[in-house]
Amino acid sequence: MFGIRFNHGTIERNLILLGLLTLITISIGGLVQVIPLFTVESTIERVGGIRPYTPLEQAGRDIYVREGCYTCHSQMVRPFRDERERYGHYSLAAESMFDKPFQWGSKRTGPDLARVGGRYSDEWHVLHLRDPRHLVPESIMPSYGFLDRPLDYRDIGQRLATLRTAGVPYTDAMVANARADLEAQARPAEDGSAFSARYGRARQMDPDGNARAITEMDALVAYLQMLGTLVDFTEATPERLRQQ
Amino acid sequence: MSHVVERDEVTGTATTGHEWDGIRELNTPLPKWWLWTFYATIAFAALWVVLYPALPISGATGLLGYTARGAADQDRAAQASAAEPMLARLRATEPAQIVADPDLRAYAMAGGRVAFANTCAGCHGAGGQGAPGFPNLADDEWLWGGTLADVEQTIRHGIRAPDDDASRTSLMPRFVADGMLTAAQANDVVEHVLSLTNRATDAAAARRGAPVFAENCASCHGERAEGNREMGAPRLDDQVWLFGGDKASLLRTVSFGRGGVMPAWEKRLDPATIRMLTVYIHSLGGTEAAPQ
Repeated sequence: MFGIRFNHGTIERNLILLGLLTLITISIGGLVQVIPLFTVESTIERVGGIRPYTPLEQAGRDIYVREGCYTCHSQMVRPFRDERERYGHYSLAAESMFDKPFQWGSKRTGPDLARVGGRYSDEWHVLHLRDPRHLVPESIMPSYGFLDRPLDYRDIGQRLATLRTAGVPYTDAMVANARADLEAQARPAEDGSAFSARYGRARQMDPDGNARAITEMDALVAYLQMLGTLVDFTEATPERLRQQ
Repeated sequence: MSHVVERDEVTGTATTGHEWDGIRELNTPLPKWWLWTFYATIAFAALWVVLYPALPISGATGLLGYTARGAADQDRAAQASAAEPMLARLRATEPAQIVADPDLRAYAMAGGRVAFANTCAGCHGAGGQGAPGFPNLADDEWLWGGTLADVEQTIRHGIRAPDDDASRTSLMPRFVADGMLTAAQANDVVEHVLSLTNRATDAAAARRGAPVFAENCASCHGERAEGNREMGAPRLDDQVWLFGGDKASLLRTVSFGRGGVMPAWEKRLDPATIRMLTVYIHSLGGTEAAPQ
């Protein structure tokens, strides 16, 4: 027994030992990915203001995903000084906790969009999506003028219900009134008190100024104008985030 | 499992004992330099796990107490403390005095240029030249005033900003869409406005438009169409048009109104940054002195 040297020859000639060591090596890779999921509850900061997306924003988010905006735009301000100078406060885990799937992205051909909400006017977004070169001559972003078509939101209630099964805390009232809430947010001339009661500070808006139709453009701009505006960072200071 | 160590005759190196059609495989040991480098990486990794937050457990910081956020906050604090003396002076100094002080002015111009590129250029263009619907900041035509104080007020509170109560709110009504003018009256008043710059296509309509203008437009745009900055109403007897000065654009403006929106930056930008932007924008070409 003492004569056997523990080298690769020993392992390669012993099938059980080889299998056992392979299992251990692979499980390390697996565990590193799996263990953080058990602690995710304590990883997400508790900050005020985070709410599920309104039906109009969610419809806009679905368009964002459909058009593959994440291939060129990230939604993740990393904790570096230069990123903070340009985009604002670094992203918090809580800000994408209701993102199914998340849109962090991995490449910035265009700028990060995690804090784009409120930086431009609604009208700017509409003009820019129709023809980016109209406002930014050096832009290489494609034109999205076709988004001026009517939004198909017949199934918005089912979409919210599906997200609820994935863990987004939509209430029964939110699911039941999804269509009404979507229409209320997209028609600023109408009474939005029931909508506001469910979604707080969310703003009623008609970005393309076309009162006759709720378009995909309206939905996408509503989503973009919400991005990064939910958390009040005068309250969520670094000290408080650290204490959690 | 008999394990007889064979040695290759030429190199003297042991073989693995495998043989295929008379060809045997050498069992050459790994070079020592490679082996020790490999051991060093293992030692480095072990050290890293102890010093830095490497374990997949929430709140693990490692012995150095490093976090990416903490490092970013420190980096920012270090930069802020280096810049603080100048920024504090900028915050405490009225824009007019900043312009008069060569040191402060140079600092504000350099900082304002960067802040403008990041904050304002998306709408107003890289050189402040504007775009249809987004005002040119490099000329001397100002909707709401071009003095340093006016510019600073606009940056802080925006124009018709939805989330700022101090924002400037007045806007061009939807005269035809809301039934205040008929389509014929709109045509007449547009011809009248065109006649102010000698571009009327129908002299009779322009004459009929004059009283319509006096009744509906003069309260904001002035009796001689000289504009009114209290209301953000542009002058109409020059060649500068924010939303287009051809007849079709003017008809659209009179019919459906206009009201561009600029965000309020007070809650997003440091007061010193707003001061620097004020000085930079004021320098772009539309320099307007404060009223004496």
